[in-house]
Amino acid sequence: MRHVFASDEVLISIRGLTFGWGERKIFDNVSLDIPRGKVTAIMGPSGTGKTTLLKLIGGQLRPECGEILVDGQNVHRLGHAALYELRKRMGMLFQSGALLTDLSVYENVAFPLREHTQLPDSMIRSLVLMKLQAVGLRGARNLMPTELSGGMARRVALARAIALDPLMLMYDEPFTGQDPISMGVLVKLIHDLNRDLGLTSILVSHDVMETVAIADYVYLISGGQVVGQGTPAEIEASASPWIGQFMHGAPDGPVAFHYPAIDYARDLLGDAA
Amino acid sequence: MLNTFQYLGRETLKSLRKLGRANFFLLHILSGLPQLVQRPRLLIAQLYSVGVLSVLLITISGLFVGMVLALQGYNVLSGFGAEESLGVMVAASLVRELGPVVTALLFSGRAGSALTAEIGLMKATEQLSGMEMMAVDPIKRIMAPRFFAGLVSMPLLAGLFTAVGVIGGYFVGVGLLGVDQGPFWSQMQAKIDFCDDTVNGFIKSLVFGAVVTWIAVFEGYDAVPTAEGVSRATTRSVVYSAFAVLGSDFLLTALMFGD
Repeated sequence: MRHVFASDEVLISIRGLTFGWGERKIFDNVSLDIPRGKVTAIMGPSGTGKTTLLKLIGGQLRPECGEILVDGQNVHRLGHAALYELRKRMGMLFQSGALLTDLSVYENVAFPLREHTQLPDSMIRSLVLMKLQAVGLRGARNLMPTELSGGMARRVALARAIALDPLMLMYDEPFTGQDPISMGVLVKLIHDLNRDLGLTSILVSHDVMETVAIADYVYLISGGQVVGQGTPAEIEASASPWIGQFMHGAPDGPVAFHYPAIDYARDLLGDAA
Repeated sequence: MLNTFQYLGRETLKSLRKLGRANFFLLHILSGLPQLVQRPRLLIAQLYSVGVLSVLLITISGLFVGMVLALQGYNVLSGFGAEESLGVMVAASLVRELGPVVTALLFSGRAGSALTAEIGLMKATEQLSGMEMMAVDPIKRIMAPRFFAGLVSMPLLAGLFTAVGVIGGYFVGVGLLGVDQGPFWSQMQAKIDFCDDTVNGFIKSLVFGAVVTWIAVFEGYDAVPTAEGVSRATTRSVVYSAFAVLGSDFLLTALMFGD
Protein backbone atom coordinates (compact mmCIF):
# COMPACT_ATOMS: atom_id res chain seq x y z
CA MET A 1 0.00 0.00 0.00
CA ARG A 2 2.92 2.32 0.69
CA HIS A 3 3.94 4.46 -2.29
CA VAL A 4 7.51 5.42 -2.89
CA PHE A 5 7.47 8.86 -4.45
CA ALA A 6 10.27 9.89 -6.80
CA SER A 7 12.47 12.57 -5.21
CA ASP A 8 11.31 15.29 -7.65
CA GLU A 9 7.69 14.44 -6.81
CA VAL A 10 8.22 15.17 -3.11
CA LEU A 11 7.82 18.67 -1.67
CA ILE A 12 8.08 17.79 2.01
CA SER A 13 10.15 14.94 3.27
CA ILE A 14 10.03 13.94 6.94
CA ARG A 15 12.64 11.48 8.16
CA GLY A 16 12.92 9.87 11.59
CA LEU A 17 10.84 12.55 13.29
CA THR A 18 10.69 12.23 17.06
CA PHE A 19 8.93 14.81 19.20
CA GLY A 20 7.29 14.88 22.60
CA TRP A 21 5.74 17.17 25.16
CA GLY A 22 7.69 16.43 28.31
CA GLU A 23 7.43 12.71 28.99
CA ARG A 24 4.66 12.21 26.45
CA LYS A 25 5.87 11.05 23.03
CA ILE A 26 3.85 12.51 20.16
CA PHE A 27 5.93 11.20 17.24
CA ASP A 28 8.29 8.27 17.47
CA ASN A 29 10.62 7.96 14.48
CA VAL A 30 7.99 8.97 11.92
CA SER A 31 8.90 9.19 8.23
CA LEU A 32 6.58 10.38 5.49
CA ASP A 33 6.60 12.22 2.17
CA ILE A 34 4.19 14.89 0.97
CA PRO A 35 3.92 14.81 -2.82
CA ARG A 36 4.01 18.01 -4.87
CA GLY A 37 0.81 19.41 -6.39
CA LYS A 38 -1.49 17.05 -4.52
CA VAL A 39 -3.86 17.25 -1.57
CA THR A 40 -2.37 15.06 1.15
CA ALA A 41 -4.53 14.33 4.17
CA ILE A 42 -3.11 13.61 7.59
CA MET A 43 -5.79 11.91 9.65
CA GLY A 44 -5.98 10.39 13.05
CA PRO A 45 -7.84 10.54 16.35
CA SER A 46 -7.83 13.72 18.46
CA GLY A 47 -4.62 14.30 20.37
CA THR A 48 -2.36 12.36 17.99
CA GLY A 49 -0.35 15.47 17.17
CA LYS A 50 -1.70 16.36 13.74
CA THR A 51 -1.55 20.11 14.48
CA THR A 52 1.86 19.60 16.10
CA LEU A 53 3.06 18.09 12.82
CA LEU A 54 2.03 21.25 10.94
CA LYS A 55 3.85 23.40 13.50
CA LEU A 56 6.94 21.23 13.08
CA ILE A 57 6.78 21.62 9.30
CA GLY A 58 6.38 25.39 9.70
CA GLY A 59 9.39 25.55 12.03
CA GLN A 60 7.34 26.78 15.00
CA LEU A 61 8.38 23.69 16.97
CA ARG A 62 11.72 21.91 16.95
CA PRO A 63 11.90 18.09 16.81
CA GLU A 64 13.97 16.11 19.30
CA CYS A 65 15.52 14.26 16.38
CA GLY A 66 14.92 13.65 12.72
CA GLU A 67 14.66 16.17 9.91
CA ILE A 68 12.01 17.91 7.86
CA LEU A 69 12.92 19.04 4.36
CA VAL A 70 10.63 21.50 2.60
CA ASP A 71 11.54 21.98 -1.05
CA GLY A 72 14.99 20.62 -0.24
CA GLN A 73 15.62 22.95 2.73
CA ASN A 74 16.04 21.52 6.22
CA VAL A 75 13.55 23.65 8.15
CA HIS A 76 15.26 23.32 11.52
CA ARG A 77 18.75 24.09 10.25
CA LEU A 78 17.70 27.41 8.74
CA GLY A 79 18.58 30.71 10.41
CA HIS A 80 15.86 33.16 11.45
CA ALA A 81 15.95 35.13 8.17
CA ALA A 82 16.01 32.05 5.93
CA LEU A 83 13.17 30.42 7.88
CA TYR A 84 11.05 33.56 7.49
CA GLU A 85 11.90 33.61 3.75
CA LEU A 86 10.69 29.99 3.49
CA ARG A 87 7.51 30.79 5.44
CA LYS A 88 6.58 33.38 2.82
CA ARG A 89 6.10 30.38 0.51
CA MET A 90 4.05 28.45 3.08
CA GLY A 91 0.45 29.35 3.81
CA MET A 92 -1.25 28.07 6.92
CA LEU A 93 -4.92 28.07 7.78
CA PHE A 94 -5.40 27.85 11.53
CA GLN A 95 -8.42 26.15 13.03
CA SER A 96 -9.65 29.45 14.50
CA GLY A 97 -8.73 31.44 11.38
CA ALA A 98 -6.31 33.50 13.51
CA LEU A 99 -7.51 36.72 11.89
CA LEU A 100 -6.18 39.93 13.40
CA THR A 101 -9.19 41.13 15.34
CA ASP A 102 -8.40 44.85 15.14
CA LEU A 103 -8.26 44.82 11.33
CA SER A 104 -11.12 44.56 8.83
CA VAL A 105 -11.45 41.65 6.41
CA TYR A 106 -9.82 43.77 3.69
CA GLU A 107 -6.90 44.78 5.90
CA ASN A 108 -6.40 41.21 7.10
CA VAL A 109 -5.95 39.98 3.53
CA ALA A 110 -3.78 43.00 2.70
CA PHE A 111 -1.62 42.40 5.80
CA PRO A 112 0.98 40.01 4.31
CA LEU A 113 1.15 42.13 1.14
CA ARG A 114 1.80 45.30 3.13
CA GLU A 115 4.38 43.54 5.31
CA HIS A 116 6.36 41.87 2.54
CA THR A 117 5.95 43.98 -0.58
CA GLN A 118 6.31 47.63 -1.57
CA LEU A 119 3.28 47.48 -3.87
CA PRO A 120 1.21 50.66 -4.29
CA ASP A 121 -2.21 50.79 -2.61
CA SER A 122 -4.05 50.49 -5.94
CA MET A 123 -2.31 47.19 -6.72
CA ILE A 124 -2.82 45.87 -3.20
CA ARG A 125 -6.51 46.69 -3.57
CA SER A 126 -6.76 44.70 -6.81
CA LEU A 127 -4.91 41.73 -5.33
CA VAL A 128 -7.01 41.72 -2.15
CA LEU A 129 -10.25 41.87 -4.13
CA MET A 130 -9.07 39.00 -6.36
CA LYS A 131 -8.22 36.83 -3.35
CA LEU A 132 -11.53 37.68 -1.66
CA GLN A 133 -13.40 36.95 -4.90
CA ALA A 134 -11.72 33.52 -4.98
CA VAL A 135 -13.22 32.67 -1.59
CA GLY A 136 -16.54 34.38 -2.37
CA LEU A 137 -16.24 37.16 0.22
CA ARG A 138 -15.47 40.25 -1.88
CA GLY A 139 -18.69 41.76 -0.58
CA ALA A 140 -17.63 41.26 3.04
CA ARG A 141 -14.44 43.28 2.74
CA ASN A 142 -15.51 45.98 5.19
CA LEU A 143 -16.69 43.63 7.94
CA MET A 144 -14.67 43.12 11.10
CA PRO A 145 -13.63 39.58 12.14
CA THR A 146 -16.12 39.66 15.04
CA GLU A 147 -18.95 40.07 12.50
CA LEU A 148 -18.04 36.88 10.60
CA SER A 149 -19.33 33.35 11.11
CA GLY A 150 -16.75 30.61 11.78
CA GLY A 151 -16.87 29.43 8.17
CA MET A 152 -16.51 32.96 6.79
CA ALA A 153 -13.55 33.63 9.09
CA ARG A 154 -11.81 30.54 7.73
CA ARG A 155 -12.48 31.65 4.16
CA VAL A 156 -10.99 35.09 4.90
CA ALA A 157 -8.00 33.35 6.50
CA LEU A 158 -7.73 31.25 3.34
CA ALA A 159 -7.73 34.39 1.18
CA ARG A 160 -4.98 35.79 3.42
CA ALA A 161 -3.00 32.54 3.23
CA ILE A 162 -2.93 32.67 -0.58
CA ALA A 163 -2.19 36.42 -0.71
CA LEU A 164 1.52 35.87 -1.33
CA ASP A 165 0.90 33.04 -3.84
CA PRO A 166 2.54 30.35 -1.73
CA LEU A 167 4.01 27.06 -2.82
CA MET A 168 1.99 25.07 -0.32
CA LEU A 169 -0.95 25.44 2.06
CA MET A 170 -1.42 23.71 5.40
CA TYR A 171 -4.96 23.36 6.72
CA ASP A 172 -5.46 22.70 10.41
CA GLU A 173 -8.87 21.05 10.99
CA PRO A 174 -10.67 23.27 8.46
CA PHE A 175 -14.03 21.49 8.81
CA THR A 176 -14.38 21.42 12.59
CA GLY A 177 -17.60 22.97 13.85
CA GLN A 178 -18.94 23.88 10.40
CA ASP A 179 -22.52 23.58 9.21
CA PRO A 180 -23.04 21.40 6.08
CA ILE A 181 -23.13 24.38 3.71
CA SER A 182 -19.93 25.97 5.09
CA MET A 183 -18.32 22.55 5.07
CA GLY A 184 -19.26 22.06 1.40
CA VAL A 185 -17.90 25.51 0.54
CA LEU A 186 -14.59 24.80 2.29
CA VAL A 187 -14.22 21.35 0.66
CA LYS A 188 -14.78 22.90 -2.77
CA LEU A 189 -12.39 25.80 -2.05
CA ILE A 190 -9.57 23.56 -0.87
CA HIS A 191 -9.94 21.32 -3.91
CA ASP A 192 -10.31 24.15 -6.44
CA LEU A 193 -7.52 26.31 -5.03
CA ASN A 194 -5.12 23.39 -5.04
CA ARG A 195 -5.95 22.62 -8.67
CA ASP A 196 -6.13 26.19 -10.00
CA LEU A 197 -3.12 27.63 -8.17
CA GLY A 198 -0.96 24.52 -8.56
CA LEU A 199 -0.46 24.30 -4.81
CA THR A 200 0.55 21.46 -2.58
CA SER A 201 -1.97 21.07 0.23
CA ILE A 202 -1.64 19.31 3.55
CA LEU A 203 -5.00 18.76 5.12
CA VAL A 204 -5.09 17.81 8.77
CA SER A 205 -8.51 16.57 9.76
CA HIS A 206 -10.55 13.87 11.35
CA ASP A 207 -13.63 14.53 9.24
CA VAL A 208 -13.31 11.34 7.20
CA MET A 209 -15.96 11.85 4.50
CA GLU A 210 -14.98 15.38 3.53
CA THR A 211 -11.26 14.71 3.65
CA VAL A 212 -11.36 11.51 1.66
CA ALA A 213 -13.49 13.25 -0.99
CA ILE A 214 -10.70 15.67 -1.93
CA ALA A 215 -7.47 13.98 -0.81
CA ASP A 216 -5.11 12.40 -3.33
CA TYR A 217 -3.11 10.61 -0.66
CA VAL A 218 -3.86 9.84 2.98
CA TYR A 219 -1.67 9.22 6.01
CA LEU A 220 -3.26 7.82 9.15
CA ILE A 221 -1.40 8.61 12.35
CA SER A 222 -1.98 7.13 15.78
CA GLY A 223 0.14 6.55 18.86
CA GLY A 224 3.10 8.42 17.41
CA GLN A 225 3.31 6.20 14.30
CA VAL A 226 2.02 6.18 10.73
CA VAL A 227 -0.47 3.32 10.94
CA GLY A 228 -1.73 3.48 7.39
CA GLN A 229 -1.14 5.27 4.11
CA GLY A 230 -2.28 5.18 0.53
CA THR A 231 -4.82 6.64 -1.85
CA PRO A 232 -8.33 7.03 -0.38
CA ALA A 233 -9.44 3.89 -2.26
CA GLU A 234 -6.55 1.89 -0.82
CA ILE A 235 -7.29 3.14 2.67
CA GLU A 236 -10.97 2.25 2.30
CA ALA A 237 -10.00 -1.24 1.15
CA SER A 238 -7.55 -1.78 3.99
CA ALA A 239 -7.92 -5.00 5.97
CA SER A 240 -6.58 -3.37 9.15
CA PRO A 241 -9.28 -3.43 11.88
CA TRP A 242 -7.98 -0.14 13.33
CA ILE A 243 -8.23 1.63 9.94
CA GLY A 244 -11.68 0.12 9.41
CA GLN A 245 -12.86 1.41 12.79
CA PHE A 246 -11.48 4.89 12.20
CA MET A 247 -12.78 5.26 8.65
CA HIS A 248 -16.30 4.09 9.55
CA GLY A 249 -16.50 5.64 12.99
CA ALA A 250 -17.34 2.38 14.75
CA PRO A 251 -17.79 2.98 18.49
CA ASP A 252 -15.97 -0.18 19.51
CA GLY A 253 -13.11 -2.13 18.05
CA PRO A 254 -9.34 -2.07 18.43
CA VAL A 255 -9.85 1.34 20.04
CA ALA A 256 -12.04 0.20 22.92
CA PHE A 257 -15.17 2.10 23.94
CA HIS A 258 -14.19 1.76 27.59
CA TYR A 259 -11.19 3.47 29.09
CA PRO A 260 -9.06 0.76 30.81
CA ALA A 261 -10.49 0.04 34.26
CA ILE A 262 -10.81 -2.77 36.79
CA ASP A 263 -13.60 -5.33 36.39
CA TYR A 264 -17.04 -3.63 36.31
CA ALA A 265 -18.74 -6.01 38.80
CA ARG A 266 -15.87 -5.75 41.26
CA ASP A 267 -15.88 -1.99 40.92
CA LEU A 268 -19.65 -1.72 41.57
CA LEU A 269 -19.67 -4.08 44.49
CA GLY A 270 -16.59 -2.48 45.99
CA ASP A 271 -15.50 -4.09 49.26
CA ALA A 272 -18.46 -6.51 49.25
CA ALA A 273 -17.01 -8.43 46.26
CA MET B 1 12.72 18.92 54.57
CA LEU B 2 14.25 17.58 51.35
CA ASN B 3 11.00 18.34 49.57
CA THR B 4 11.18 21.96 50.71
CA PHE B 5 14.69 22.30 49.27
CA GLN B 6 13.57 20.62 46.06
CA TYR B 7 10.63 23.00 45.81
CA LEU B 8 12.82 26.05 46.48
CA GLY B 9 15.40 24.89 43.94
CA ARG B 10 12.75 24.20 41.31
CA GLU B 11 11.05 27.55 41.81
CA THR B 12 14.39 29.42 41.74
CA LEU B 13 15.39 27.73 38.49
CA LYS B 14 11.97 28.48 37.04
CA SER B 15 12.29 32.17 37.97
CA LEU B 16 15.83 32.39 36.57
CA ARG B 17 14.71 30.76 33.33
CA LYS B 18 11.88 33.27 33.05
CA LEU B 19 14.27 36.15 33.72
CA GLY B 20 16.56 34.81 30.99
CA ARG B 21 13.64 34.58 28.57
CA ALA B 22 12.56 38.12 29.47
CA ASN B 23 16.07 39.45 28.75
CA PHE B 24 16.30 37.74 25.35
CA PHE B 25 12.81 39.05 24.65
CA LEU B 26 13.95 42.61 25.45
CA LEU B 27 16.98 42.26 23.15
CA HIS B 28 14.68 41.00 20.40
CA ILE B 29 12.40 44.03 20.91
CA LEU B 30 15.34 46.43 20.77
CA SER B 31 16.47 44.84 17.51
CA GLY B 32 13.10 45.92 16.07
CA LEU B 33 13.92 49.64 16.45
CA PRO B 34 15.34 50.16 12.90
CA GLN B 35 12.20 48.61 11.40
CA LEU B 36 10.05 50.85 13.60
CA VAL B 37 11.91 53.98 12.49
CA GLN B 38 11.00 53.09 8.90
CA ARG B 39 7.33 52.68 9.83
CA PRO B 40 6.53 55.43 12.34
CA ARG B 41 2.79 54.86 11.83
CA LEU B 42 2.97 51.72 13.96
CA LEU B 43 4.49 53.72 16.81
CA ILE B 44 2.00 56.58 16.46
CA ALA B 45 -0.97 54.20 16.71
CA GLN B 46 0.43 52.78 19.94
CA LEU B 47 1.33 56.21 21.32
CA TYR B 48 -2.37 56.97 21.03
CA SER B 49 -3.64 53.86 22.80
CA VAL B 50 -0.89 53.68 25.41
CA GLY B 51 -0.24 57.39 25.99
CA VAL B 52 -3.09 59.61 24.85
CA LEU B 53 -5.79 57.40 26.36
CA SER B 54 -4.00 57.61 29.72
CA VAL B 55 -4.02 61.44 29.74
CA LEU B 56 -7.36 61.89 31.52
CA LEU B 57 -6.50 59.46 34.33
CA ILE B 58 -3.07 61.04 34.83
CA THR B 59 -4.46 64.60 34.77
CA ILE B 60 -7.19 63.97 37.33
CA SER B 61 -4.88 61.95 39.59
CA GLY B 62 -2.15 64.58 39.37
CA LEU B 63 -4.60 67.33 40.29
CA PHE B 64 -5.79 65.54 43.43
CA VAL B 65 -2.30 64.47 44.50
CA GLY B 66 -1.12 68.10 44.20
CA MET B 67 -4.13 69.35 46.18
CA VAL B 68 -3.60 66.80 48.97
CA LEU B 69 0.12 67.61 49.09
CA ALA B 70 -0.68 71.31 49.54
CA LEU B 71 -3.19 70.59 52.32
CA GLN B 72 -0.84 68.29 54.23
CA GLY B 73 2.20 70.50 53.57
CA TYR B 74 0.42 73.60 54.76
CA ASN B 75 -0.52 71.91 58.06
CA VAL B 76 3.13 71.00 58.77
CA LEU B 77 4.82 74.11 57.39
CA SER B 78 2.47 76.58 59.10
CA GLY B 79 3.59 75.06 62.45
CA PHE B 80 7.02 76.52 61.76
CA GLY B 81 5.75 79.68 60.11
CA ALA B 82 7.19 78.43 56.83
CA GLU B 83 3.99 78.23 54.79
CA GLU B 84 5.62 80.36 52.07
CA SER B 85 7.78 77.31 51.25
CA LEU B 86 4.64 75.39 50.31
CA GLY B 87 5.30 75.86 46.58
CA VAL B 88 8.78 74.38 46.70
CA MET B 89 7.62 71.51 48.90
CA VAL B 90 4.82 70.58 46.53
CA ALA B 91 7.00 70.93 43.43
CA ALA B 92 10.00 69.03 44.86
CA SER B 93 7.81 66.13 46.02
CA LEU B 94 6.18 65.91 42.64
CA VAL B 95 9.24 66.39 40.44
CA ARG B 96 11.54 64.08 42.39
CA GLU B 97 9.21 61.32 43.55
CA LEU B 98 5.46 61.41 43.20
CA GLY B 99 5.37 62.45 39.55
CA PRO B 100 7.39 59.53 38.18
CA VAL B 101 6.33 56.94 40.79
CA VAL B 102 2.57 57.54 40.95
CA THR B 103 2.40 58.00 37.17
CA ALA B 104 4.23 54.67 36.69
CA LEU B 105 1.84 52.89 39.09
CA LEU B 106 -1.21 54.38 37.38
CA PHE B 107 0.31 53.71 33.96
CA SER B 108 0.85 50.03 34.79
CA GLY B 109 -2.77 49.75 35.96
CA ARG B 110 -4.23 51.52 32.93
CA ALA B 111 -1.91 50.82 29.98
CA GLY B 112 0.26 47.93 31.24
CA SER B 113 -2.66 45.67 32.13
CA ALA B 114 -4.33 46.45 28.78
CA LEU B 115 -1.13 45.56 26.91
CA THR B 116 -0.74 42.25 28.75
CA ALA B 117 -4.37 41.29 28.18
CA GLU B 118 -4.27 42.29 24.51
CA ILE B 119 -1.07 40.38 23.74
CA GLY B 120 -2.15 37.39 25.86
CA LEU B 121 -5.44 37.19 23.97
CA MET B 122 -3.63 37.50 20.64
CA LYS B 123 -1.56 34.51 21.71
CA ALA B 124 -4.61 32.56 22.90
CA THR B 125 -6.42 33.16 19.60
CA GLU B 126 -3.34 32.08 17.57
CA GLN B 127 -2.90 35.56 16.09
CA LEU B 128 0.78 35.59 17.05
CA SER B 129 1.32 32.09 15.62
CA GLY B 130 -0.55 33.16 12.50
CA MET B 131 1.80 36.11 12.10
CA GLU B 132 4.86 33.90 12.50
CA MET B 133 3.52 31.65 9.75
CA MET B 134 3.03 34.72 7.54
CA ALA B 135 6.75 35.37 8.06
CA VAL B 136 6.00 38.43 10.18
CA ASP B 137 7.98 38.56 13.42
CA PRO B 138 5.37 39.29 16.13
CA ILE B 139 8.00 40.60 18.53
CA LYS B 140 9.12 43.24 16.07
CA ARG B 141 5.68 43.94 14.60
CA ILE B 142 3.50 43.85 17.76
CA MET B 143 5.72 44.10 20.85
CA ALA B 144 8.34 46.65 19.71
CA PRO B 145 5.86 49.47 18.85
CA ARG B 146 4.09 48.94 22.19
CA PHE B 147 7.34 48.90 24.15
CA PHE B 148 8.71 52.09 22.56
CA ALA B 149 5.31 53.80 22.87
CA GLY B 150 5.43 53.09 26.62
CA LEU B 151 8.99 54.36 26.80
CA VAL B 152 8.07 57.64 25.11
CA SER B 153 4.72 58.10 26.85
CA MET B 154 5.84 57.65 30.45
CA PRO B 155 8.11 60.74 30.76
CA LEU B 156 5.46 62.86 29.01
CA LEU B 157 2.73 61.59 31.30
CA ALA B 158 4.95 62.06 34.38
CA GLY B 159 5.62 65.64 33.22
CA LEU B 160 1.88 66.21 32.83
CA PHE B 161 1.17 64.68 36.25
CA THR B 162 3.78 66.95 37.87
CA ALA B 163 2.58 70.10 36.12
CA VAL B 164 -1.08 69.47 36.95
CA GLY B 165 -0.07 68.55 40.52
CA VAL B 166 1.67 71.91 40.95
CA ILE B 167 -1.45 73.67 39.65
CA GLY B 168 -3.58 71.65 42.11
CA GLY B 169 -1.20 72.69 44.90
CA TYR B 170 -1.51 76.30 43.78
CA PHE B 171 -5.34 76.18 43.86
CA VAL B 172 -5.38 74.82 47.39
CA GLY B 173 -2.34 76.67 48.79
CA VAL B 174 -2.85 80.10 47.26
CA GLY B 175 -6.53 80.00 46.39
CA LEU B 176 -7.94 78.20 49.44
CA LEU B 177 -5.43 78.56 52.27
CA GLY B 178 -4.23 82.08 51.47
CA VAL B 179 -0.49 81.49 50.94
CA ASP B 180 1.12 84.47 49.18
CA GLN B 181 1.55 83.59 45.53
CA GLY B 182 4.81 85.58 45.13
CA PRO B 183 6.95 83.37 47.40
CA PHE B 184 4.95 80.30 46.30
CA TRP B 185 6.28 80.64 42.74
CA SER B 186 9.61 82.40 43.39
CA GLN B 187 10.84 79.88 45.96
CA MET B 188 9.83 77.09 43.66
CA GLN B 189 11.78 78.73 40.83
CA ALA B 190 14.84 79.27 43.02
CA LYS B 191 14.98 75.86 44.71
CA ILE B 192 14.00 73.43 42.00
CA ASP B 193 17.21 72.71 40.12
CA PHE B 194 17.03 71.67 36.49
CA CYS B 195 19.79 69.02 36.68
CA ASP B 196 19.26 67.74 40.20
CA ASP B 197 15.49 67.63 40.14
CA THR B 198 13.96 67.84 36.68
CA VAL B 199 16.52 65.73 34.82
CA ASN B 200 16.62 63.12 37.59
CA GLY B 201 12.83 62.96 37.63
CA PHE B 202 12.89 62.56 33.85
CA ILE B 203 15.43 59.71 34.07
CA LYS B 204 13.29 57.99 36.69
CA SER B 205 10.18 58.21 34.55
CA LEU B 206 12.09 56.87 31.54
CA VAL B 207 13.37 53.89 33.55
CA PHE B 208 9.90 53.22 35.00
CA GLY B 209 8.38 53.46 31.51
CA ALA B 210 10.85 50.88 30.20
CA VAL B 211 10.37 48.53 33.17
CA VAL B 212 6.56 48.72 33.27
CA THR B 213 6.11 48.28 29.51
CA TRP B 214 8.74 45.51 29.34
CA ILE B 215 6.94 43.58 32.09
CA ALA B 216 3.54 44.19 30.47
CA VAL B 217 4.45 43.00 26.97
CA PHE B 218 6.56 40.08 28.23
CA GLU B 219 3.85 38.82 30.57
CA GLY B 220 1.38 38.92 27.67
CA TYR B 221 3.78 37.11 25.35
CA ASP B 222 4.69 34.52 28.00
CA ALA B 223 1.08 33.97 29.15
CA VAL B 224 -0.46 30.51 29.17
CA PRO B 225 -2.81 30.79 26.16
CA THR B 226 -6.07 30.19 28.03
CA ALA B 227 -8.62 32.55 29.64
CA GLU B 228 -7.23 31.78 33.08
CA GLY B 229 -3.64 32.11 31.87
CA VAL B 230 -4.29 35.57 30.43
CA SER B 231 -6.08 36.67 33.59
CA ARG B 232 -3.15 35.52 35.76
CA ALA B 233 -0.64 37.18 33.45
CA THR B 234 -2.55 40.48 33.68
CA THR B 235 -2.52 40.35 37.48
CA ARG B 236 1.21 39.45 37.49
CA SER B 237 1.92 42.33 35.13
CA VAL B 238 0.43 44.92 37.52
CA VAL B 239 1.91 43.35 40.68
CA TYR B 240 5.43 42.89 39.25
CA SER B 241 5.31 46.41 37.80
CA ALA B 242 4.47 47.88 41.23
CA PHE B 243 7.35 45.99 42.86
CA ALA B 244 9.75 46.89 40.07
CA VAL B 245 8.80 50.58 40.13
CA LEU B 246 9.08 50.92 43.91
CA GLY B 247 12.30 48.87 44.08
CA SER B 248 14.01 50.69 41.22
CA ASP B 249 12.82 54.01 42.67
CA PHE B 250 14.75 53.27 45.85
CA LEU B 251 17.87 52.37 43.87
CA LEU B 252 17.63 55.41 41.62
CA THR B 253 16.94 57.75 44.56
CA ALA B 254 19.96 56.34 46.40
CA LEU B 255 22.12 56.89 43.32
CA MET B 256 20.79 60.35 42.52
CA PHE B 257 20.19 61.96 45.90
CA GLY B 258 21.97 59.67 48.35
CA ASP B 259 25.24 61.55 48.78
